[in-house]
Amino acid sequence: MPNSSSIELALGPCLFNWPADRLLAFYKKIATEAPIDRVYLGEVVCGKRMPFTDNIWPEAIEALEAAGKEVVLSTLAQPVNKRERQILQQQAGYDMPIEVNDMSMVPARKQGTFAVGPYLNVYNEATLSFLARQGARTWCPPVELSLDSIQKIAALVPEVDLELFAFGRLPLALSSRCYHARAHGLRKDSCQFICEQDPDGMDVATLDGRRFLAANGIQTLSDACHFAGLSAGHLATLGIKRLRLSPHTTDMIAVSRLFRDFLDGHCDVDKFEQQLEMLNLPGPLCNAYLLGDAGWKRMALPA
Amino acid sequence: MPEGTTKRMELVCPAGTPAALRAAADAGADAIYCGFANETNARNFPGLNFSPSELADGVAYAHAKGARVLVAINTFAQAGQIHLWEEAVNDAASAGADAVIAADIAVLQHAATNHPDLRLHLSVQAAANTPEAIRFYAETFGVKRVVLPRVLSVPEIAALNREIDVETEVFVFGGLCVMTEGRCALSSYATGKSPNLTGVCSPPDHVDYTEDPSGRLQARLGGFTIDSFESGQAAGYPTLCKGQFSAIEKTGYLFEDPVSLNAFELLEELSSAGVTALKIEGRQRGKAYIAGVVKAFRQAVDGLESGADARPAIAALKAFSEGGQQTAGSYKKTWR
Repeated sequence: MPNSSSIELALGPCLFNWPADRLLAFYKKIATEAPIDRVYLGEVVCGKRMPFTDNIWPEAIEALEAAGKEVVLSTLAQPVNKRERQILQQQAGYDMPIEVNDMSMVPARKQGTFAVGPYLNVYNEATLSFLARQGARTWCPPVELSLDSIQKIAALVPEVDLELFAFGRLPLALSSRCYHARAHGLRKDSCQFICEQDPDGMDVATLDGRRFLAANGIQTLSDACHFAGLSAGHLATLGIKRLRLSPHTTDMIAVSRLFRDFLDGHCDVDKFEQQLEMLNLPGPLCNAYLLGDAGWKRMALPA
Repeated sequence: MPEGTTKRMELVCPAGTPAALRAAADAGADAIYCGFANETNARNFPGLNFSPSELADGVAYAHAKGARVLVAINTFAQAGQIHLWEEAVNDAASAGADAVIAADIAVLQHAATNHPDLRLHLSVQAAANTPEAIRFYAETFGVKRVVLPRVLSVPEIAALNREIDVETEVFVFGGLCVMTEGRCALSSYATGKSPNLTGVCSPPDHVDYTEDPSGRLQARLGGFTIDSFESGQAAGYPTLCKGQFSAIEKTGYLFEDPVSLNAFELLEELSSAGVTALKIEGRQRGKAYIAGVVKAFRQAVDGLESGADARPAIAALKAFSEGGQQTAGSYKKTWR
């Protein structure tokens, strides 16, 4: 893979309820066309969705690996029932890279290594060091953590690779209640998989019509599309090794190419932003979590 | 905790001030939880919480009344600032606290290593809701009790208790987090401040009320309209997840109505489910609330054994609820 800068690109797990055939086609296209080094896949949000996609993963993984991508199985962020817990225990034993999104998986994976997903509450160096001793090798920080904190932690725990959430609606909250079901007058147990209607999440606006959030089953995301327009040099200074792009229905091949070109120094940040905004993004660009400010805002990042 | 061997459940009561602590102890709390006046605690509001010497005095007062004191050091330590959280644990131990309630691995690790005799409770902010996660904290840090996130129904709590040796504590009254505690960044998305980052949710310094052209009062958080009230109507506080929003061309309380939790009617079931302790929310509330709620729940818990009817006492608690509306939340599976 041509990669003139040392910053890698990762594709995060698809957070939305996409039909199995759409998901498989998506990963096959990523495999052959996207300048992405690592792909996280698997259901993270809702255990009820799992049976619909279970049988596409071997084929998706094969296609991605054949194209030289590193594939990581990303796991449920909030296991509740016995079936979901058993799935996590099983997956912990798989002989493939795993991303852990709930602490219940850490002891089962202790013998092997794992990636720490953004749903684990890692806010400081001592917690990350602890997880590193349990086998953590990669860390994607919680989305609300600032670059300032991330840089401090990276400097103190250099043995763990840092991956920054860099594109997509921000995963903000989990609940035991399904908001898709509630909005449609249903309950989680009889949800009719209504979340399938919103492949980028269900838009949530304020009473005065201002765009605000997006619901995705038990998950709540930002309306705005987070975007880390940080140069490869700056990322390297911060100790960040990889950027995570979170899948949306927009052209993710184009998104990943824009990131690659920018990281490789082929375009400046203004042009990068302009070109991104010409794509059909799920919401306006935002980035202020990176500066420790309110996540919805868009601010000038240091060059 | 095996089912069937039920013993009297403990009543764990909030105290945001020394006066509230005394009120809770006087009203019959078995345990009182409180925190220091800084970002180490998840109710880091101005004018609330304890200095180390106030805590020591509070511990002495509570112990004289037969109550224990649990210190909530339950936020996530900031990068490069872990010493503040470690000092809080040291101060709690010096003050004679009966336990520390913590969520962050950094804090648990410090306490387990440096204060092996200090009892550890796992805060709800750790969001540990499976036997695997709870056993992990118990085996690694010696955690003796877990405060359960509000994601489980009562039968699920019973099943959980059959699989773990750790005590469980559940919320029964007061403010209700709709999102899973410890897994919510909605507040920081709107304001830059959140429970995990700074120990606050929907912080007052980001709240404003403005009148729209039609004369309605809009309650806003970080500039986002969270709810709207007719002029003259009592305006509620814009807690983000309890607001009105619109989606799929419908407007309403998308996440949750402005209700508060009251699991009074489930006390017997919670007891049969093997729950050790009942927690009342409200460290930000005054001592009148504390005294009233603690007294009513004391009667209710004692009534489970004696058969005395606590319903009148509990009915009186409606006055303490936001908007008077109450829910049993996730304890009933239909809530989901």
